[in-house]
Amino acid sequence: MPDLDKNLVQAAAGIPVESKRSIIKKDLIRNRYIYLMLLPVMAYYAIFHYGPMYGLLIAFKDYGIADGVWRSPWVGFTHFHHFFENPYFWRLIRNTALINIYELLFAFPAPILLALLLNELRRIVFKRVVQTISYLPHFISIVVVAGMLVDFVARDGLINNILGLFGMEPIAFLQEPGWFRSIYVSSGIWQGVGWGSIIYLAAMSTIDPTLYDAARIDGAGRWKQTLHVTIPGIMSTIVILFILNIGSMLSVGSEKIILLYNPLTYETADVISTYVYRKGILGADFGYSAAVGLFNSVISFILLTLANTISKRVSEHRLW
Amino acid sequence: MTFKRSLGEHVFSWFNICLMLSLCFVTLYPFIYILFASLSDPTEMARFRGMLFYPQGFSLDAYKAVLENPMVATGYRNTLFYVTAGTVINLIMTTLGAYALSRRNVYFKNSIMLIIVITMVFNGGLIPSFLLVNNLGMLNTPWALLLPGAISSFNLIIMRTAFQGIPVSLEESARIDGANDWIILSRIIIPLSLPVIAVMILWYAVGHWNSYFSALIYMRDRDLFPLQLVLREILISNSTDNMMTGAATGDRLDIGITIKYATIIVSTLPILVLYPFLQKYFVHGVLIGALKE
Repeated sequence: MPDLDKNLVQAAAGIPVESKRSIIKKDLIRNRYIYLMLLPVMAYYAIFHYGPMYGLLIAFKDYGIADGVWRSPWVGFTHFHHFFENPYFWRLIRNTALINIYELLFAFPAPILLALLLNELRRIVFKRVVQTISYLPHFISIVVVAGMLVDFVARDGLINNILGLFGMEPIAFLQEPGWFRSIYVSSGIWQGVGWGSIIYLAAMSTIDPTLYDAARIDGAGRWKQTLHVTIPGIMSTIVILFILNIGSMLSVGSEKIILLYNPLTYETADVISTYVYRKGILGADFGYSAAVGLFNSVISFILLTLANTISKRVSEHRLW
Repeated sequence: MTFKRSLGEHVFSWFNICLMLSLCFVTLYPFIYILFASLSDPTEMARFRGMLFYPQGFSLDAYKAVLENPMVATGYRNTLFYVTAGTVINLIMTTLGAYALSRRNVYFKNSIMLIIVITMVFNGGLIPSFLLVNNLGMLNTPWALLLPGAISSFNLIIMRTAFQGIPVSLEESARIDGANDWIILSRIIIPLSLPVIAVMILWYAVGHWNSYFSALIYMRDRDLFPLQLVLREILISNSTDNMMTGAATGDRLDIGITIKYATIIVSTLPILVLYPFLQKYFVHGVLIGALKE
């Protein structure tokens, strides 16, 4: 911008305006160290981010390792057709969508609720302790969390032992397709609820305290204050995170599912990303699995755009 | 001015405190259970049913088995290397990028920023990334775990925001004294940004410590496995066999149970011990990230 302003001033004063090329030349000399610093950074992005994007071409090719991306023959949309005609296509879509819908229904509101409850705690020390404890699971590796889960929900595990005290028959939770989503979503809440609440607590701390004073003078109790001051105050944060969640709907992480599922539970547990992992990494069917991955990304992007547009229409909140 | 609280609000306050206490219990109890179980006598633990509130008997055999296991030791060593080397690479790359993109009057700055932000929305996905690493000849080498994630764009933006907050006047006076960008970065910007750099170190290091998926797809050689991959075998695939060679056949199954618990404790201990001290820095980082919106 400063360059442009200078040009305008010069043009108005009748001084010859610098050509674009000479501006760039001067910039490259003045900022030579800056561009030197950017060199490894740009190389990194070119190789490790734009490289795979170029590699996505194999979704439309009959990829052979020896031929490489460029020389492999084109096959058009064949891989996509195969995927759509795959008997598991609808199962993958259903599982991916359902896990996400459950997460939006239960895992998304949980941190908001926790933040609201934490906000009501009067004793600061108690609040701090609760917060510190609730963040802890976020730092435990997914392998350890899955390992603990496998142990706790086993037939002779902690959960079944507790259920046994109430006279219930033991359930082999991880072998039953009907239980997979509940286990997946509830353990996700256990791991993420505290950490997720931080951002809402931060949003609450930016609410103008005089709004609460005003509400109290108008006779609002704590419930009314929450309803009419706190929640509206964090609404934009909620909406933005909600849109981001919709955008990542189809890209359910395969990392945790791979640790928890087995052929017995594929019926409810197999999602698009785990399918890509099995077909591509384990099965070496690269072109096909890249096509499935690309399909997944395209749908995610459409969902993100859609959520953003709808939110823009119905409220003033939006991502872009 | 003070307001009298209604009966309903009193009831709610107590209800809320009880709810928060049960949240703490649900969060902590799994760890407590695993700690007690790992210290229990294997045979008594195998017979035990219900919730543990103290160890059943006492035995350190499981810990002995875990610590003597060569795979756990190798995994620990490898992970320490990946965490250290990976975080150093992350830090150098992120700092260079954040500094360069936080300067004013850099002609291509906005185009480069756009190139970076695009990668936060679009990416090639699992298979093309895997093939790239394969084609670069990095498969089954430590590079596969160190380079592909060298910069987190999100962290780069946080760091850039922090650098932009440093008063320009400091930099200008140094420039008049003849300092170039390297000197400004190392003598002014970095010393003034230690809090945000600490946050970056923590985030990157914990990320490396906990990551298993890259290693799962890129590493074949068991001598290069990070700890998390070893853990996966012990905890998920249930292969405690190679640790039980010393035990008599009858006790083997039993000690297998407590070995799992001891493995969890041994592998999570560094995080559990450091966590209370580091916790506020992590939160600090989230807040920097949230405020830049």
